[in-house]
Amino acid sequence: MAEIIVVTSGKGGVGKTTSSAAIGTGLALKGFKTVLIDFDVGLRNLDLIMGCERRVVYDFVNVINKEATLNQALIRDKRTENLYILPASQTRDKDALSIEGVEAVLNELGESFDYIVCDSPAGIEKGAHLALYFADTAIVVTNPEVSSVRDSDRILGVLQSKSRKAEQGETVKEHLLLTRYNPSRVDAGEMLSVEDVKEILAIPLLGVIPESEAVLKASNQGVPVIMDSDSDAGQAYDDAIARFMGEDREHRFLNVERKGFLSRVFGRKG
Amino acid sequence: MGILSYFRPKQQTSASVAKERLQVLVAYERNQRTQPEYLPQMQQEILAVIAKYVDVCTDDIQINLDEDCSILELNVTLPDKS
Repeated sequence: MAEIIVVTSGKGGVGKTTSSAAIGTGLALKGFKTVLIDFDVGLRNLDLIMGCERRVVYDFVNVINKEATLNQALIRDKRTENLYILPASQTRDKDALSIEGVEAVLNELGESFDYIVCDSPAGIEKGAHLALYFADTAIVVTNPEVSSVRDSDRILGVLQSKSRKAEQGETVKEHLLLTRYNPSRVDAGEMLSVEDVKEILAIPLLGVIPESEAVLKASNQGVPVIMDSDSDAGQAYDDAIARFMGEDREHRFLNVERKGFLSRVFGRKG
Repeated sequence: MGILSYFRPKQQTSASVAKERLQVLVAYERNQRTQPEYLPQMQQEILAVIAKYVDVCTDDIQINLDEDCSILELNVTLPDKS
């Protein structure tokens, strides 16, 4: 039986899809058969971030409505072995996903996959609820910013009361993934620190992803940023995956990097 | 920054303001979440009954349920007899 991971946040634009793409790819790179599901019906974007937008034929809703089989709808990633993508539908019908339909698809995927990564839409409406409902584990993506932290706490409340695990008296395993972290602004007292966010949300920290130019560069090219192993963000995601697998890795990129003499003189960006 | 900053009183950073605001808000919202959904409705109805007999307003009534919903505490501030 596969482990179902939901990547969620409540607030939009904090990096859920970027993180889903990186996490799914990271797990597949470790040799686990992984499927990434886009739950953002009507506003799919995971296909773009994964660079497979031109290979979408059938989608999640087609499978639920039995207009296509799972094998027809799953897109095999061209770069990473063991990785598949199930794109969201672009329909405007917000009731296109049903709880029974989602459960049937997850059950079928569970037979052959090790990990199912659900990329949640923003908000706490039906789509977001369905994305987290069947989860064993939640990765809560948060920016060090007031509205994002508040919404993350809200979504934690939903996980603790309205998920299937909660209804069965169990708990969904929670992880905090802090993204768009800017150590120099933290030093200047202009941004909440990792410790601040950890203290407020009170869930274990999986990783801190620094604000990085590599993220936009990766999405421009349709390559998950974890593949850019020279970049800080790519390495931070790699660390997060290692920690997810139980490895003990120290958190990096939490402090301002001291620029070397040459790069200071020539203004080269690190 | 510079020498002048030594003479100015130290100001609270915006990050620490953010943290304080969040701590208050998150604590309040968590408390709201743990309340049963019927509580606001019940509060309204109890108030309506009391208001039938005494002159009270919404702020004069406080209802608290303890966490496992075993004790209901009802506080009504009655107006001064005048």
